[in-house]
Amino acid sequence: MLRTTIFATLAMALALPAAQAADPIKAAFVYVGPIGDHGWTYQHDQGRLAVEKTFGDRVETLYVENVAEGPDAERAIERFAREGADIVFTTSFGFMNPTIKVAKRFPDVKFEHATGYKRADNVATYSARFYEGRYIIGQIAAKMSKSGIAGYVASFPIPEVVRGINAFLLGAQSVNPDFKLKIVWVNTWFDPGKEADAAKALIDQGADIITQHTDSPAPIQIAGERGVHGFGQASDMDAFAPAAHYTAIIDDWSAYYIARVKAVLDGTWESGDVWGGFAQDMVVMAPHTDLPADVAAAAVEMEAKIRSGAFHPFTGPIYDQDGMLRVAEGERADDGMLLGMNWYVKGIDDKLPQ
Amino acid sequence: MQVELRQRSEASRLMVWLSPLLALLLTFIFGTLLFAALGYDPLRALYAYFIKPLTEAWSLEEIVVKATPLALIGVGLALVFRANVWNIGAEGQYTVGAICGSVLPVMLPDLQGPLILPAMLACGVLGGMAWAAIPAFFRIRFGASEILTSLMLVYVAQLLLDWLVRGPWRDPDGYNFPESRLFAADAVIPALAGRMHFGTIFALIAVAALAILLGRTLKGFEFRVIGAAPRAGTFAGFSERRSILAVLAVSGGLAGLAGIAEVAGTIGQLHPSISPGYGFTAIIAAFLGRLNPLGVLCASLLLALTYIGGESAQVSLGVSDKITRVFQGAILIFVLACDVFIRYRLHIHPRRQPACPIHEPAQAKEVP
Repeated sequence: MLRTTIFATLAMALALPAAQAADPIKAAFVYVGPIGDHGWTYQHDQGRLAVEKTFGDRVETLYVENVAEGPDAERAIERFAREGADIVFTTSFGFMNPTIKVAKRFPDVKFEHATGYKRADNVATYSARFYEGRYIIGQIAAKMSKSGIAGYVASFPIPEVVRGINAFLLGAQSVNPDFKLKIVWVNTWFDPGKEADAAKALIDQGADIITQHTDSPAPIQIAGERGVHGFGQASDMDAFAPAAHYTAIIDDWSAYYIARVKAVLDGTWESGDVWGGFAQDMVVMAPHTDLPADVAAAAVEMEAKIRSGAFHPFTGPIYDQDGMLRVAEGERADDGMLLGMNWYVKGIDDKLPQ
Repeated sequence: MQVELRQRSEASRLMVWLSPLLALLLTFIFGTLLFAALGYDPLRALYAYFIKPLTEAWSLEEIVVKATPLALIGVGLALVFRANVWNIGAEGQYTVGAICGSVLPVMLPDLQGPLILPAMLACGVLGGMAWAAIPAFFRIRFGASEILTSLMLVYVAQLLLDWLVRGPWRDPDGYNFPESRLFAADAVIPALAGRMHFGTIFALIAVAALAILLGRTLKGFEFRVIGAAPRAGTFAGFSERRSILAVLAVSGGLAGLAGIAEVAGTIGQLHPSISPGYGFTAIIAAFLGRLNPLGVLCASLLLALTYIGGESAQVSLGVSDKITRVFQGAILIFVLACDVFIRYRLHIHPRRQPACPIHEPAQAKEVP
């Protein structure tokens, strides 16, 4: 599916008249982590490479990695605007206000900010519905776990992460209503040491499934060492722990980046907000390995149902931890609720850090 | 052949000037080898690193923006280190300064007027001072090592900030994201040019004030004597306790000022991460500047150049961020290592002297 999208775009790109291929446009990427994290930033960089491959010498790409969310971010973004970038992708939530500030000073440069909510005429936002994948791995976890306990290595208690935790547990509860979830907050996106320690602590507390919302493969590696199982995050992490890795939720930004860069080339770029999931191929499940055939088949089936819209992971009745009904029977949580989610669903053995 | 370092009877005037040049030469040789080995054009890499940032007005501004907190914290550290007090926790004092300075714009966002900013800055200074007073108290009262207490308080401060921006100070319109509301216009430090703001002026004033204090006043002499020879200082009637408290308060206050100046000047709101390690980098700036306020100012600018240059090399050549940091680390090692020659003389004996097991350890001791 994805490949066809890329090829289709490629074909369109090649079909354009050669007269337009004058000076290459510059597409720049600001990364929060190292491109070698094999997770979040790695996948964004794969998207950048796909842009290069698709447009050849019509687009020049630039990037800077390991930009801290803080005083340095604004400079890194501004540098690209100064260096003549036509479009700048800023790929971490913490880059939101710096992106808006720089965009004000450079009205002719287009900016795209991942996972944020502030937009402007020259600032678009985009994100992926990772929670769709989380629901599926939650179901797999509940089917495969012997102890009935999963461990979750979580980064920051922002809505995106809380939503993922809730989706995971809702998926698990749909299989085993008594399924338990333990959470450790590591307060970082990328710190293999801390992530590994968190995974060890969770396994010591009885978790035999490890999942994560951080960017390194450390948790799944620990799961492999300790003989339990888990899932890859952001990219296919099977190579890091082949015996432990059931599947992974892959972020695929290639199609989006290609489409947006093409819009700049064509002069049709407009600000907007894209929140894509399975249906847009922005969220992709890695191959299901080491799973019984029926579990793998059920996962594929659920993916198809979410993709077609026949099922929504946040379908009521959903109660929060205090027993309050948040989503009524048969209803679906709307995007507004999902985007601002700051409560746990019933059954989570943790208190949301406030 | 035998290589030996011998202590000079007094610091070499010549090497004071020659050592930076030697460091520069070594840096260029190392850089050439490093970039060539990785397949980059060394001249282009070195150009991107050291020259390009100096050729554009905006990147010069950015160097100043980056050097401002380093210089503010660094001169304070030069003072404490001269007094033989080891404040390793400037990062924490910076953070608490930022928090205390942000009380007004975050909790009373409707407050307006020209007095807000001075009040914020004063709160920031007091916050940093108070945070530095804690290790001072434990050192004076219980003899606890200020190295450990000040360092541990960094983590306390960072977690306090983390709790505030995720909890009580979270932006009510911010979708639950961990950041405070944006500061109102009156609570933002005015710009000088581009992203450069008035905080830079504070840094220059601090450098001048501490240069005068340390070099020209009795108080500065007192701090230095207490640091170099506490007993001698006591005989001269100087109080070691008051000295410890005073230098820690000054350096904490300057770090606190750097914190609130950065938040109200360049960021405009509180975040979980408001510093890329300024408080720790400033320790390097202090030593690189040989604990001399004017030297610290130069060292801060040099460090800022290596950051901006590293970014420039990443962008224009695609050099990995890790390589730029290796290079940055190498520069610092060369600069600090070459300073050894100011106080030590290099002796090279053409032939190895007869092995003498009793002699060798004694010689080894002379090496610092």
